[in-house]
Amino acid sequence: MFERIREKLEILADAAKYDVSCSSSGSNRKNENKGLGDAEGTGICHTYTEDGRCVSLLKILLTNHCIYDCAFCVSRRSNDIKRAAFTVDEVVELTMNFYRRNYIEGLFLSSGIFKNADYTMERLVRIVKKLRNEQRFNGYIHLKTIPGASEELLKEAGMYADRMSINLEMPTESGLKLLAPEKSHEDVKKPLDYIQQTITQFSSEKALIKSVPKFVPAGQSTQMVIGATPESDKEIMHTANAFYKNFSLKRVYYSGYIPISQDARLPVIGSQPPLIRENRLYQTDWLMRFYGFDVKEILNDAHPNLDVDIDPKLSWALRNLEKFPVDVNTADYKMIMRVPGIGVASALKIVQARKFGRLHQDQLKKIGISFNKAKHFIRYADSPLQLRDYEAGHIKSVILSESSSKYNKVPKNQLSIF
Amino acid sequence: MEIFVFDGTLEGLLTAVFDCYQKKSDAVKLVSQLHYVPDVFKEAFTVISDDTKAKRVWSGLTKKLDSDWMKSIYKSFLSEQPATFQDLFEFIRYIIDSPPGAEANFGNKYVLEISQMSHKVHREKHRMEAFIRFQKTGDNIFYAHIEPDFNVLPLIIDHFKNRYADQKWIIYDLKRKYGLFYDLEKVEEIAFDFTTEMSPALNALPANVLDPQEELYALLWKDYFRSVNIPARKNMKLHIRHVPKRYWKYLSEKQS
Repeated sequence: MFERIREKLEILADAAKYDVSCSSSGSNRKNENKGLGDAEGTGICHTYTEDGRCVSLLKILLTNHCIYDCAFCVSRRSNDIKRAAFTVDEVVELTMNFYRRNYIEGLFLSSGIFKNADYTMERLVRIVKKLRNEQRFNGYIHLKTIPGASEELLKEAGMYADRMSINLEMPTESGLKLLAPEKSHEDVKKPLDYIQQTITQFSSEKALIKSVPKFVPAGQSTQMVIGATPESDKEIMHTANAFYKNFSLKRVYYSGYIPISQDARLPVIGSQPPLIRENRLYQTDWLMRFYGFDVKEILNDAHPNLDVDIDPKLSWALRNLEKFPVDVNTADYKMIMRVPGIGVASALKIVQARKFGRLHQDQLKKIGISFNKAKHFIRYADSPLQLRDYEAGHIKSVILSESSSKYNKVPKNQLSIF
Repeated sequence: MEIFVFDGTLEGLLTAVFDCYQKKSDAVKLVSQLHYVPDVFKEAFTVISDDTKAKRVWSGLTKKLDSDWMKSIYKSFLSEQPATFQDLFEFIRYIIDSPPGAEANFGNKYVLEISQMSHKVHREKHRMEAFIRFQKTGDNIFYAHIEPDFNVLPLIIDHFKNRYADQKWIIYDLKRKYGLFYDLEKVEEIAFDFTTEMSPALNALPANVLDPQEELYALLWKDYFRSVNIPARKNMKLHIRHVPKRYWKYLSEKQS
């Protein structure tokens, strides 16, 4: 008994870990029935794995049996691996007992497709319903939308889940067709759109009726696998941008492909996952969502891929040197945020503090900006006299020589010849 | 420079501010009794904590600062750092002496110090909310002990009360020798004398007082933690940045 549940958890957690979403924030579910759990406000990362990723939710598959054969997926039909399936009660018990010990913020439940979409979705809904209604569980629930499931089931699921998500898998339709001929982006867009419209409908009713039930209060997200197919960064981020706009997504996740298959269409097993690229894509995502950048400013036909050695904000600044230097004592908040080395919080502190007097170097350093990077792009009360403008290549080399990158200069799988 | 010695309470600190205006003092060095070393050449003024004086200073501050800033004052105070007591004293005087809005002056040393210290304390509070691991005892109480860098127990009461409304729990601070007990109705402060037997090196109760299911769930959690790791992405530097080694003792998944 002990051993069987351990084995199931091992198989079904292992199969679920390639889904990178770990967010447990953005919901407004309070513990109002003296039950267990509270999913209001900010999320909590309860621990971090040795790969540095946050563990916030019990992330498992209901089963890893699957009727599909997607080349990039570890649970694909043709893969010779151990298969397992949880019962409804097992998932409920695990979630409740992990939560009671403060191990997790809630449940992230996904599944391989067995029999058909509705059959699978119906099982998922049964679990979340039991957690909410019978166990009075108010923790966070992230539920996977199964493509092709009926709208009635999706609507029911949304009444219990805090977040729902459905993965694009590959950034472009052609990439997806190459590795998963049975799937298409249309299958993803339809349910995303249906749930988004239902969210909007519920929130507009909320203006009129006081007690409207919750419907996916933490919104929807999606995920793309990076580096399995040959898309450019521009294609990836323009797709992400379109999905943010069209479906009001809360998050798009980028997952560097980890070779798990001998398939000739994919990178070979043992090759290094594209971690730097993944990091640069997330930085771009942040620039779009929090720093007021348009995706076209960062990635366009002239500049279709992100630099590896410098971050996208610095790269943009070096390509637009005519917009600098920015005087932190007079410039617009939006422009201060665009300075490499100054983040959202520091920019806000700067515009508040400068009302009390012109800001000097030591104050800027204490406020917490990355001064060595920012100094090439700003003027302040005691900035040194500069007789000539430096060109982009020079500034870049100075910044690179002063900083130690968090990434090795040489990829780990490449031998150094010196 | 005058020396003020106070009793280390927030009430005492606020009283010191009041006294400093009453005495028309200029430069003041504020020291808590615990850290005070008498100096033969300099006499010190002893602040007698006074509820009325403290309340006057506090309510004066609430007229100028919003609730977030008032919380920042409280959080910085819970840091228990001698230097922060001085910073708080100076910050409060700066706010009282300045026209409304002065708290936005991040160019001012004390505004920045208090803002940054309250963030540090807040981070420690958040870490406790994340890293506490309860063990279920034979009598149905979920127990955990901690040794936080700052005195954050008062800050985590609401979080745990809202979340674990249907289970009894105890969170005990071994360093400061007091804890919180939730009895399904309310949270009470408690003090035990067993703490000398507790190993601060590990967040674990002796097996004989645990619920029979406890071992299974601790094991499943450890299995789960191992299974979700992706070895191809191993990044210990990032791992340790997120979970500094001094917190590992709380985490059952990090015990071998």
